[in-house]
Amino acid sequence: NYEVYWDCCCEGMAGADGDDSLYPIAVLIDELRNEDVQLRLNSIKKLSTIALALGVERTRTELLPFLTDTIYDEDEVLLALAEQLGNFTMLVGGPEYVHCLLPPLESLATVEETVVRDKAVESLRKISHEHSPVDLEVHFEPLVKRLASGDWFTSRTSACGLFSVCYPRVSSTVKAEIRQHFRNLCSDDTPMVRRAAASKLGEFAKVLELDYVKSDIISLFTALASDEQDSVRLLAVEACVSIATLLPQEDLETLVMPTLRQAAEDKSWRVRYMVADKFSELQKAVGPEITKNDLVPAFQNLLKDCEAEVRAAAANKVKEFCENLPEDSRETIIMTHILPCVKELVSDTNQHVKSALASVIMGLSTILGKDNTIEHLLPLFLAQLKDECPEVRLNIISNLDCVNEVIGIRQLSQSLLPAIVELAEDAKWRVRLAIIEYMPLLAGQLGVEFFDEKLNSLCMAWLVDHVYAIREAATCNLTKLVEKFGAEWAQNTIVPKVLGMANDPNYLHRMTTLFCINALSEACGQEITTKHMLPVVLKMSNDQVANVRFNVAKSLQKIGPVLDSNSLQTEVKPVLEKLAADQDIDVKYFAQEAISVLALA
Amino acid sequence: MSSAATTPPAVDRVDGFSRKSVRKAKQKRSQSSSQFRSQGKPIELTPLPLLKDVPAPEQPDLFLKKLQQCCTLFDFMDTLSDLKMKEYKRSTLNELVDYVTVSRGYLTEQAYPEVVKMVSYNIFRTLPPSDSNEFDPEEDEPTLEASWPHLQLVYEFFIRFLESQEFQPSIAKKYIDQKFVLQLLELFDSEDPRERDYLKTVLHRIYGKFLGLRAFIRKQINNIFLRFVYETEHFNGVAELLEILGSIINGFALPLKAEHKQFLVKVLIPLHTVRSLSLFHAQLAYCIVQFLEKDPTLTEPVIRGLLKFWPKTCSQKEVMFLGELEEILDVIEPTQFVKIQEPLFKQISKCVSSPHFQVAERALYYWNNEYIMSLIEENSSVILPIMFASLYRISKEHWNPAIVALVYNVLKAFMEMNSSLFDELTATYKSDRQREKKKEKEREDLWKKLEDLELKRGLPSAAIIPT
Repeated sequence: NYEVYWDCCCEGMAGADGDDSLYPIAVLIDELRNEDVQLRLNSIKKLSTIALALGVERTRTELLPFLTDTIYDEDEVLLALAEQLGNFTMLVGGPEYVHCLLPPLESLATVEETVVRDKAVESLRKISHEHSPVDLEVHFEPLVKRLASGDWFTSRTSACGLFSVCYPRVSSTVKAEIRQHFRNLCSDDTPMVRRAAASKLGEFAKVLELDYVKSDIISLFTALASDEQDSVRLLAVEACVSIATLLPQEDLETLVMPTLRQAAEDKSWRVRYMVADKFSELQKAVGPEITKNDLVPAFQNLLKDCEAEVRAAAANKVKEFCENLPEDSRETIIMTHILPCVKELVSDTNQHVKSALASVIMGLSTILGKDNTIEHLLPLFLAQLKDECPEVRLNIISNLDCVNEVIGIRQLSQSLLPAIVELAEDAKWRVRLAIIEYMPLLAGQLGVEFFDEKLNSLCMAWLVDHVYAIREAATCNLTKLVEKFGAEWAQNTIVPKVLGMANDPNYLHRMTTLFCINALSEACGQEITTKHMLPVVLKMSNDQVANVRFNVAKSLQKIGPVLDSNSLQTEVKPVLEKLAADQDIDVKYFAQEAISVLALA
Repeated sequence: MSSAATTPPAVDRVDGFSRKSVRKAKQKRSQSSSQFRSQGKPIELTPLPLLKDVPAPEQPDLFLKKLQQCCTLFDFMDTLSDLKMKEYKRSTLNELVDYVTVSRGYLTEQAYPEVVKMVSYNIFRTLPPSDSNEFDPEEDEPTLEASWPHLQLVYEFFIRFLESQEFQPSIAKKYIDQKFVLQLLELFDSEDPRERDYLKTVLHRIYGKFLGLRAFIRKQINNIFLRFVYETEHFNGVAELLEILGSIINGFALPLKAEHKQFLVKVLIPLHTVRSLSLFHAQLAYCIVQFLEKDPTLTEPVIRGLLKFWPKTCSQKEVMFLGELEEILDVIEPTQFVKIQEPLFKQISKCVSSPHFQVAERALYYWNNEYIMSLIEENSSVILPIMFASLYRISKEHWNPAIVALVYNVLKAFMEMNSSLFDELTATYKSDRQREKKKEKEREDLWKKLEDLELKRGLPSAAIIPT
């Protein structure tokens, strides 16, 4: 009984040799059994300290058996333990003794809770590399075998993740055994285990010799890909990418393609979704010829799928798929096969599909060039800019730069403007916020004239939005615009309007003036700040609302560095001194803070 | 509002925080099976005479023809297409339902595969994706199956078929096999509660009539639950499956097989950890209590299991756990009670002092239960010391006066039960608290010492993370 044993040796440590420094270890062991989970958790997290204090030998002979035997605990504690043990190699005496860590990790790899088990497997994988080839065969591989033939599904599930780490470093007889175990798990009775095996199929294939990939892996792959449960079949799609990468081109047609074709037309939308989601990877793995002959029609079908989820996943891949088409036939394939589907998706009934398409469609213009873009893509962009769903419009606007490079933004500006205006006034503030973020980008691409004429008023309107987040973003937007268009532009167009708001009856708007000044002073420079902004700020120190007054103090602190010392001494200082004697405690506080930061005391 | 503003944005009536209401407003109420791909061509079925209009000897053959016709599927998302033929199939299905209910001698051996085929064609399909990713069965309206006008009749027909006096499981088992059952079980994930209700009856009948499939059905339900608990946390039909299991457990022979005990401990108990517990808790608790009534020796592992998975942050679930525990205590044997009373009352003492008054209240209601009271009384020397500190503290500190009042009653009950122990605990309360505080302080000191030790010895990072 380890607990009793521990009590004895802990007392021994503390008492007999009177070594005070060992006493806390006894306490820690006690804490490992404390009733309070949090305290147990704390001590488990300090496990490395215990081990260090015990020294490598006693860690091996006493601590680890204790952990293996007596720890049945809350999953949270087990998770911490599983993680700790992955870093324990040096604490048990280095790689030579690393196998001592296997027993506790083995039992952790069989618990029900997925996160604990996964962490135990992760730690096992980590320490597997620290085993010598001999130890791997003597200690590690038998553990994998035990897990692989465990009674309950949890241990078999864990085993799936361990095959690939030991396979490359064991003898050929053991290799054969490992392959056999993996085969068994691929046809396990329990779908949970088959799923685990299917998800590791690609990884396992990578460490196998090519001949075995062809003989073993392909048959497993085919079987898993036609499993009765769609949750297993869809994992085979993922494995398909790795397997196809490993095989020589001439074998792909016979070994992989029948299964892939079948997956692309699977009766379950989840499997088709997975194919759509992995399409770019699959395309790269099978190469240009098969892409031309097989994947193009498959992609067309996915774009026309009856399930919106699948269409959206495929729509997301349109740009990447087109980009990776072989150059010699790229344009023809896009124009004759892909574009017709894309055109239909523009008026899809599902907004997620349209929005997925809108996030990538602009990218096609760089692939197709100027003429095709104007003739074929532009009408689609324009249609999407008028879409009823704001997300679709936003996605188009956020990708304007792609089109700008190819045909210039002017082509779009006629339709762009109504779209922007509508988004700017959308009822949902998150939409308004999103469009504000694109303003600096749009301003840069549309030029100052267009901006002044059409967009400036929008930017000013946002400053008085009734949602604070919008006002804040609008303030920040102004700074970026000034950085783009320069101080002179600022002085003529926006500064007067901002300063005008200082007389607004609504104190929130008056405060916006101050926030704008805070943001703009640096970009506008000393002259504008001193001449135009400072007088307004100083005047606002008489505001009847305390919040405005203390924001005056904060503003003065903020713009102080931009001002010259004369204005600081003669204008700012008296006002701050007056505010420092304000009857409101917050106003006083911020005024004093400003005085000390600006060193005006 | 400022005059500088051009057009102020429309007021956010439906804004970011009430996304659910937005979604509800435009939620489409029904969807079709994911498998259906419209061919775009109109569907033509040649109308057949009514079964009652042909001579009896010709009826079995006509019955088969009608079954074959009913294998044709229609697109119900397109409400305008094939109206006439949809109506024809509906009336044919209706006729078939009546026919299997009243007619005698229709069930020739040839009919079995055709019936199963027709049912399979109609009901087996990949369920469509949920309307929203975060479908919340408690909040959202379920999406209803569009083809229900036909589907309902198919289910109705199938149930009548299974319940028919002429029905022979020995013939049917060739067609209603493991694969059939597996597909049937997958349909329990349907969002449409009407469909799940029919499925429940169908599965119940199959379980009752096909002895050879029973173990398989139980195992597959096992798998569904394990996947639900450890992988997806999503399956719409958990409550229905548990309901069926409730009656299955009821019929288990004694002594219980290891398989059944494992199901209780490794599947039913972990089901308590799922976030959406409230949707199936009543059925789950029923199953658990069924098990304990069968075999009282399972009480200890069950209660220890519940204590292990006791909710840490969800008060709503905690109240459910307390409710279930009371159901268990209602049937517990005194010998079993003694085995788990310590860990159990440590938890109850924590619940009683929960700042959430519903949790505290639910736990304190135990003292209104006569049977539980009698168990507590018998074991007051163990339970009172565990409970005393919490009760004493809450009686002074709890924010909710109703809780304080309940606690006074409980203290009074304890005082009457065992006044000498009660007086002793009251007398030592202060010194006990001080001792606890001292221990706490000692521990803090030791942790501090440990930190110093760690600093002194230094834990070189290389020692922990070998490169």
